[in-house]
Amino acid sequence: MIKKTRLGVATALAVSLGASVAFADTVKIAFVDPLSGPFSPTGTNGFAEFQYAAEKLVNDQGGVLDGDMFEIVGFDNKMSPKESLIQVQVAIDQGIRYIAQGNSSGIAHAITDAINKHNRRNPDDRVLFLNYAAVDPALTNDACNFWHFRFDANADIKMDALTDVMAEDENLKKVYVIGQDYSFGKSVAAAAVRNLSEKRADVEIVGNELHPIGKVKDFTPYARKIVSSGADAVITGNWGADMVGLGKAIIDAGFEGPIYTYYAASNGITRTFGEQGTGHIYLVSEGAVNPPASDRTAAYVEGFEAKYPDHDITQPRIANTIEMLAKAINEAGTATDVVKVAQALEGMEHDSIWGGKLFMRPDDHQIIQNVDIQEHTSEGLQFYMDASEWGMKLVSEVEMAGMDSPTTCKMKRP
Amino acid sequence: MELVLVILIDGLVYGLLLFMLSSGLTLIFSMMGVLNFAHASFYMLGAYFAYQISRYMGFWPGLILAPIIVGLAGAAIERFGLRKVHQYGHVPELIFTFGLALLIEEIVQFFWGKNQVPYDAPDVLQFALFSIGTNEIQAYKVFMIAISVLIFLCLLYVLTKTRVGMIIQAALSYPRTVEALGHNVPFIFMGVFGVGTALAGLAGVIAGPQLGTFPGMAFLLGSIVFVTIVIGGLGSLWGALVASLLIGWMTTFAASYNVAMADILMAFGFEMPEDMSEHALRDLWTLTLPQIGPILPYLLMVVILVFRPYGLFGKRDA
Repeated sequence: MIKKTRLGVATALAVSLGASVAFADTVKIAFVDPLSGPFSPTGTNGFAEFQYAAEKLVNDQGGVLDGDMFEIVGFDNKMSPKESLIQVQVAIDQGIRYIAQGNSSGIAHAITDAINKHNRRNPDDRVLFLNYAAVDPALTNDACNFWHFRFDANADIKMDALTDVMAEDENLKKVYVIGQDYSFGKSVAAAAVRNLSEKRADVEIVGNELHPIGKVKDFTPYARKIVSSGADAVITGNWGADMVGLGKAIIDAGFEGPIYTYYAASNGITRTFGEQGTGHIYLVSEGAVNPPASDRTAAYVEGFEAKYPDHDITQPRIANTIEMLAKAINEAGTATDVVKVAQALEGMEHDSIWGGKLFMRPDDHQIIQNVDIQEHTSEGLQFYMDASEWGMKLVSEVEMAGMDSPTTCKMKRP
Repeated sequence: MELVLVILIDGLVYGLLLFMLSSGLTLIFSMMGVLNFAHASFYMLGAYFAYQISRYMGFWPGLILAPIIVGLAGAAIERFGLRKVHQYGHVPELIFTFGLALLIEEIVQFFWGKNQVPYDAPDVLQFALFSIGTNEIQAYKVFMIAISVLIFLCLLYVLTKTRVGMIIQAALSYPRTVEALGHNVPFIFMGVFGVGTALAGLAGVIAGPQLGTFPGMAFLLGSIVFVTIVIGGLGSLWGALVASLLIGWMTTFAASYNVAMADILMAFGFEMPEDMSEHALRDLWTLTLPQIGPILPYLLMVVILVFRPYGLFGKRDA
């Protein structure tokens, strides 16, 4: 009888061990973003960056734990919140424990909510949400939860850094804020007005307006208003065709000053601005590669450009995401118990491949990193974008931007 | 005051651009009785062809060649596609052009990708011709005006002063009679379709550098072109011109002046609610003119359809 039980236990152990080994051979990360449709250029570019990061930063270094390899599995969410939730469920059903998503804060809200519920109902089958680009501040404030980690600076932090740099310009007197008429455009505008009035009360906001998103055929009238207002600088959160249309119209109308943007780089935008954008287009982002922070950075970018000539490193934070996840899994000693991995990620400090430090703030799971202001130029570049003669060059850097930014996050921990 | 002048010029540029699109469409529509949903797609093709040509030969050959290629493609599509569908009635024709629009968009994405392409104005026209106040007027804009006016004069001459124009006008109103007189009406149809699409192509060639060359450009302009020909009246060149300019100026002015609904309501003696966030009519109170600008042409269309179903210059019912 005793012998039988022992045998049973041994078999169970062997089976479970076998199972866990089979599971642990690959650590799968679901990439849930648009891989078809009008937004697919951004999605496929991010997918390439994830695959490259997993290969170079983890798999080529011997993987995590005992040689477990990372695998990025693409799920096309067609830029729809509903489709995203279906894809997340498919990923979970396939045993994937890490969900990466970034395009659109609306979708990120849907996913973080769904994952929160899923983890509460299925304690044996929990997953983590690696948000690499959705920047709505609410995700790490009122809508935060333990399973969500944001590897991008949120819209408020970016604006904080941007206005820090703008405030140093003593000639700056008038600023025009313009954006797309939806939640993100509104939050950029609100943050710009708030920050500028705090840092430079003497700077006048000469215009603050929203235009219909994706519907404006000719941006010339908006450009005329901007020039007529006598603005010294423009701030916009526009992306895609709205960014190019607005930017070109403003420059054509004879605007002399800088246009500070969130998304005016790569995906055809840099190439389209070309010579015209020089001295006008500025970008607030992270991980500037001109000049590269180290030889390791340069080698990483060179390798990427060689492997994916049609893509650029548009989201350097993806490399941070992969490196920090690998580090957390190693520290936790498991890739399947995501609570331990999340605990390892919380408060993690890491040296970024892009130079500078990374700190995952435990209170709200918002990463704190250096935020860069870069300019569109053709000179002094080591790396170019859109296979053109132009690229983005570092102008100034705000170290550990938003380190002391407040949060309203009240997290329930398991 | 200075701004008004600038806006007049900008509105003129945009209006004339609309005219180049709508003039071809209005002829095709009134002649064949079919809404060509793919018309704006030919506009997009014009821009992309010109971009491709400009990469090898510069802007100017593209200006000539691209509209010709688009026109030939349009004529071929009429001859081998639309004409075959014609006998089954208007609905299949409508579906055919709708499918064509989708197909062209996919083709464009297949060959040129989903991103915007760097199609630029020629260097000789990339300078500010003059400034009004602080606003610069680019030479390219003046060039756009010149091309559009030239096209309008040519069309007007051909349609009213030449024999071809007379046959076309006759075929517009009495196609059966014209056929009975021995004219090859299907050939005229093909010719008009070809010229109409070539005009759309030319519009694309000159608008591409200004409004951007990307796969969404056809969709963005597609609906407004139909509004133009309905307002202007079917088959009327003058109507197309007046309606285009009207829409051009209307949308440009609306986008330029931040007239707030709150000011208008208060001028009428309404009191502004203190706490806007909870107010039932807060969307109405916070409305501004640039926000409603894009729907003004549609509003005008509804008004025209109610009071003058033939359009401003139209002679017969749609």
